[in-house]
Amino acid sequence: MSAAKLKNILLVSWCVLGTAVTSGSFAQSVLIRNAMVHTAGSSGTLPDTDVLVQNGRIVAIGKDLKAPDNVRRLDARGRPLTPGLFAGLTQIGVVEIGLDAASGDESAGLGGMRPEFDLALAYNPDSMNVDVTRAGGVTFGLLTPSTASAAKGGSLIAGQAALFRLDGSDIALDAPRALVVEFGGDSVSLAGGSRAAQYMLLHQAFTEARTPAQLLSHDERLLTPTGRQLLGSFLKNKGLIVIDVDRAADIRGVLAFAEREGLRIAIRHGNEAWRVARELAAAKVPVIVDPFENLPGSFDEVGSTMENAARLARAGVQVLFSLSSPGTDRALVLRQAAGNAVARGLPWESALRAITREPAEVFGVGEHFGSIEIGKRADLVLWSADPLDVTSLPTDVWLDGRAIDLRNRQTELRDRYITRLKSFFR
Amino acid sequence: MHALRAVILFCGAACATLSAAQDPYASTYRAAEDPPTLVRHATVLTGDGERVDDGDVLIVDGKIAKIGRGLRAPSGAREIEAKGRWVTPGIIDVHSHLGVYPSPGVQGLDDGNEATSPSTANVWAEHSIWPDDPGFTAARQGGITSLQILPGSANLFGGRSVTLKNVAAITYQAMKFPGAPQGLKMACGENPKRVYGSTGKFPSTRMGNAAAMRAQWIEATEYIRDWNDYDSKKKAGKDDAKPPKRDLRLDTLAAVLKGDILVHNHCYRAEEMAFVLDMAREFGCRVSTFHHATEAYKVADLLAENNVCAAMWADWWGFKIESYDAIPENIAIVDRVKNGCAIVHSDSAEGIQHLNQEAAKVMARAKAIGWDIRPEHAIRWLTANPAKAIGIDGLTGSLAVGKMADVVVWNRNPFSSYALVDQVLIDGVVVFDRSKPRDQPVSDFLLGQPANDVRL
Repeated sequence: MSAAKLKNILLVSWCVLGTAVTSGSFAQSVLIRNAMVHTAGSSGTLPDTDVLVQNGRIVAIGKDLKAPDNVRRLDARGRPLTPGLFAGLTQIGVVEIGLDAASGDESAGLGGMRPEFDLALAYNPDSMNVDVTRAGGVTFGLLTPSTASAAKGGSLIAGQAALFRLDGSDIALDAPRALVVEFGGDSVSLAGGSRAAQYMLLHQAFTEARTPAQLLSHDERLLTPTGRQLLGSFLKNKGLIVIDVDRAADIRGVLAFAEREGLRIAIRHGNEAWRVARELAAAKVPVIVDPFENLPGSFDEVGSTMENAARLARAGVQVLFSLSSPGTDRALVLRQAAGNAVARGLPWESALRAITREPAEVFGVGEHFGSIEIGKRADLVLWSADPLDVTSLPTDVWLDGRAIDLRNRQTELRDRYITRLKSFFR
Repeated sequence: MHALRAVILFCGAACATLSAAQDPYASTYRAAEDPPTLVRHATVLTGDGERVDDGDVLIVDGKIAKIGRGLRAPSGAREIEAKGRWVTPGIIDVHSHLGVYPSPGVQGLDDGNEATSPSTANVWAEHSIWPDDPGFTAARQGGITSLQILPGSANLFGGRSVTLKNVAAITYQAMKFPGAPQGLKMACGENPKRVYGSTGKFPSTRMGNAAAMRAQWIEATEYIRDWNDYDSKKKAGKDDAKPPKRDLRLDTLAAVLKGDILVHNHCYRAEEMAFVLDMAREFGCRVSTFHHATEAYKVADLLAENNVCAAMWADWWGFKIESYDAIPENIAIVDRVKNGCAIVHSDSAEGIQHLNQEAAKVMARAKAIGWDIRPEHAIRWLTANPAKAIGIDGLTGSLAVGKMADVVVWNRNPFSSYALVDQVLIDGVVVFDRSKPRDQPVSDFLLGQPANDVRL
């Protein structure tokens, strides 16, 4: 069986399972009328258009759609409708309080390379951050581990990230995974102090995983037996490896390394990626950009510019967005960052796709959601105004066609104190 | 103007012997000579709550000379045609660490927090500033004309702040805002107790924080008394009177008690802000501003009653337990209370570049609950209110006649993700023009770096 086929089977089984869970009890139907439909798909933007959702799926997109009488109707009055947005590479549901180690599960310092570290197992769908974030129109994300420091037993391989939806359910065992690898100046301490040794260690780990039989008993090993097994099958199936790297020279090095090793990779951060745009486009390697990054925060990112996304897209590179910090409050800022990329030259439609369809495709669920197209799961957001402008907010959010209650811990606190302060207001 | 006048009068009379009446590290900033400027046909937000559509702003000798419609340009004036564009006062960030935590963030430039003792009131942030930080240029391109640089928050008393004009300069003295009072950075809560408590030192709890702060104020009170005794003896002709030993830490705290230095207090939680206000009463000092103040909305009435500002983020939350209760309507609620003083601050080299957008997010949240906040009002959170908090509201922070011509021309309504700064003027001098990217100052650090052939 080819690797691609195996991947497809995995994806289909995950999505069928997901639908089975939701369609039984929650999935719903709705007719959204007269919306400015930003499909993030091949149809682009469709003004004054209706979208019909039945049993959690988008079944029709067009003008003056008819629906059965029992289907709820909502007049958008021309307001924008988008696919649910991407949270970015996030730690929602695994970090409740950033600075409190006891409430965080984002990294495992186990004193060696542990590709088998699967962060999805720690995910808490009841975190207040899930409610707050999806009320902001964010419906899926990549739950992404951080690497522990060298002193705390971290390694270049942070572990497995998992694609998840903010639908209040656990992350399925067969949800798509990506392997997260640290590279470059901010992680030289994980490779004895030199980025040159980063290639060496990764090559050694991949070789161990691919040819475990070649190991002699006295060889020094980087991986555990389960780690070798997991990484071996991950590499064989062309699993996605997300590599955190900024400097242009390092990106060139990583591209060459990936070609030698036959890896399927995405570049994360990539502050100097615009300087390697042609090579990235030729290699069909997507780049996960933080559009706000424009300062030379280190000697890996002297060429940082807010035009990074626009330049990459112009060169034909697949661009998606995530803020650099995986902090739980950052997911809601991603659409602002997308708007800023537009102000710096990225076409609006590309910026929307960079927080909808592109991440869905890159992380292996593009056939199922990430755009408004017939047959896709109805993860939708209706906005008060342009969703890439900070002046807007969601008015309605649906997951699998189910209307989400937008109340959350923050709105409860807000309402409590507004009531208390009423007599003091101007 | 009140704060400044108070400082000058006070120092003229009472603090001549205790704290130096003249700043030994005085500002050398002088605005360049520049022709008069007339900005025409703009939507003008004055910062005083007014909006003038199709408005003109006339700048003469670096000062705001007139605001109105159809103004005539004096001969030789530069004209900026701003039809369809917006004009605001220069943006002011009350909470920045540019220059003391600069880019690149290498250890050798990490000078923002003398985290070696719970009280380092003796240190001055200005002595750490690296004027070459490329972050200053990026902030200028985001409309920042003045900013207060604070020490970090590991200490209960972190040291003195400094307010800068955001001009390119080789020395910090050449950026120093002439006439701006200094601030004292204080910190409540988690940071001081974690930094020292985790190494087994005092304080390790909030009650420890409180006791340590009170002990410092007691020392400062005694220090003032000793100097007053000495002054009395001198006045009485006792020439052999021995002056008390000068102490840099107590110099700072005494100047706070005398009202010369303003308190800027990093404080997240409602009950801690209430404690600090009581403590200020106990020792007779005043708090200018609570910074971060993620729970300001819980005690917005108390802050207004005490005439204290709150400097806040639009939507940061959950990065520590102190910020778990942060809500995105915090700024709007503080603002809505009578006499409320709400400020949007950054505490971030990135966030300082788009404080306008941060304010816009607050406006959107307010609108969603039926509060219509107009641009001419919201701009105060970024201009007049931080100017008041820093004590420079008599000089800048609004487009009032006679004030410094610190002005931003935006390509559109600034409260948007898409808004860009077209021009920045500081004291009437154009210090940024987006149409002339090659004229922008490039920091020495970035000069000649092969990777950096681009604007920020």
